Amino acid sequence: MSLKGFHIVFIIFSTLLALGIGAWCIWVDLVEGAPIYLAGAICSFVVAVALVVYGVWFYRKMKRLRLIT
Amino acid sequence: MEIPYTVSTRPDTGLWNAKVGIWLFLASEVMLFGGLFSAYIFLRLDAPPGMWPHGLLNVPVGTMNTAILILSSVTVVLAWAALKMRRYRAYWWYMLATISCGVIFLTVKLAYEWPQKFEHFGAYIKPEALGKYEQYLGNKHAAEKDLPPRLEITGHLHNRAALNDPNIKEYEVALDPLNADPTNPAMDRPHFFPLPVTDKIAKIEKEDVERATMFLPTHSAYFASYFTITGLHGMHVLGGVLVFIYMWLPVSKKLYQRNPEHLANRVEVAGLFWHFVDLIWIFVFPLFYLL
Repeated sequence: MSLKGFHIVFIIFSTLLALGIGAWCIWVDLVEGAPIYLAGAICSFVVAVALVVYGVWFYRKMKRLRLIT
Repeated sequence: MEIPYTVSTRPDTGLWNAKVGIWLFLASEVMLFGGLFSAYIFLRLDAPPGMWPHGLLNVPVGTMNTAILILSSVTVVLAWAALKMRRYRAYWWYMLATISCGVIFLTVKLAYEWPQKFEHFGAYIKPEALGKYEQYLGNKHAAEKDLPPRLEITGHLHNRAALNDPNIKEYEVALDPLNADPTNPAMDRPHFFPLPVTDKIAKIEKEDVERATMFLPTHSAYFASYFTITGLHGMHVLGGVLVFIYMWLPVSKKLYQRNPEHLANRVEVAGLFWHFVDLIWIFVFPLFYLL
């Protein structure tokens, strides 16, 4: 696997981590009722969306530059 | 003698040599870290109730370090892409950003997170003496709330000499919020932002203590696993940073001028290693900090 392929795999795992942190924050918020966790969950989901957008941008850019064939 | 297949692909593998080499190396790394992760999971599953520390790590700092490593993976791949497009100046800046991220990660880990642990103290109370320290442990409250038993009193040790001097009969501990106010429902769960140590001092007699230590690998299987895995990971980050510094220095520009594709291939294998190291952290972070 090339660096760009591994990078896309890495971004997928990072997205899953961001979603996981968001889910963890929601779980703790339900248990504790602390607003800071809800804010953490929102931030995590925003980061997850940003990572997906970046991943798509990266794939298209690499394809355009013919670095992914 | 020129080393063959540094740029062109070998006819039998279809790859240039360094790429085969790095994937064989990464396969061995998977086995190394896989064994350590397995050890951590089995130690945790086998830990008696109350014997596995929880909520002792700084989640916001860990999250920041995770973001820094993800960012460094982005910059390293952009550095490689810049080389492929023969834009050396952009490569130089992206590589500098990658090195900076690695250095920040290591600095936070070694100058802030680890020393914070070394300053913290924990004393596991003997089962027969738990009632004597109920005011600090709040086990009746824990039982009512269906929480695991609290067996340890933690905080900052005022008389450090007590650790080694047998003539000192008790530990004087500035208590953590949990032990200072154990029946407060707010203390039932770990906090997102770590709470500072309180002014409340507890005197714990040594004869009531099963084992007492600072938060070092000797403290528990948890901290032994934590320091082993994060230490080994940190050494990998350091190795990656050193390789990147070499590739960023003027010596690499000579290679770029002579054979830019060769430098791009070197950056690619180093980038693969860096992505692997970052991927390891993606697993370390939730395992140690969140779960």
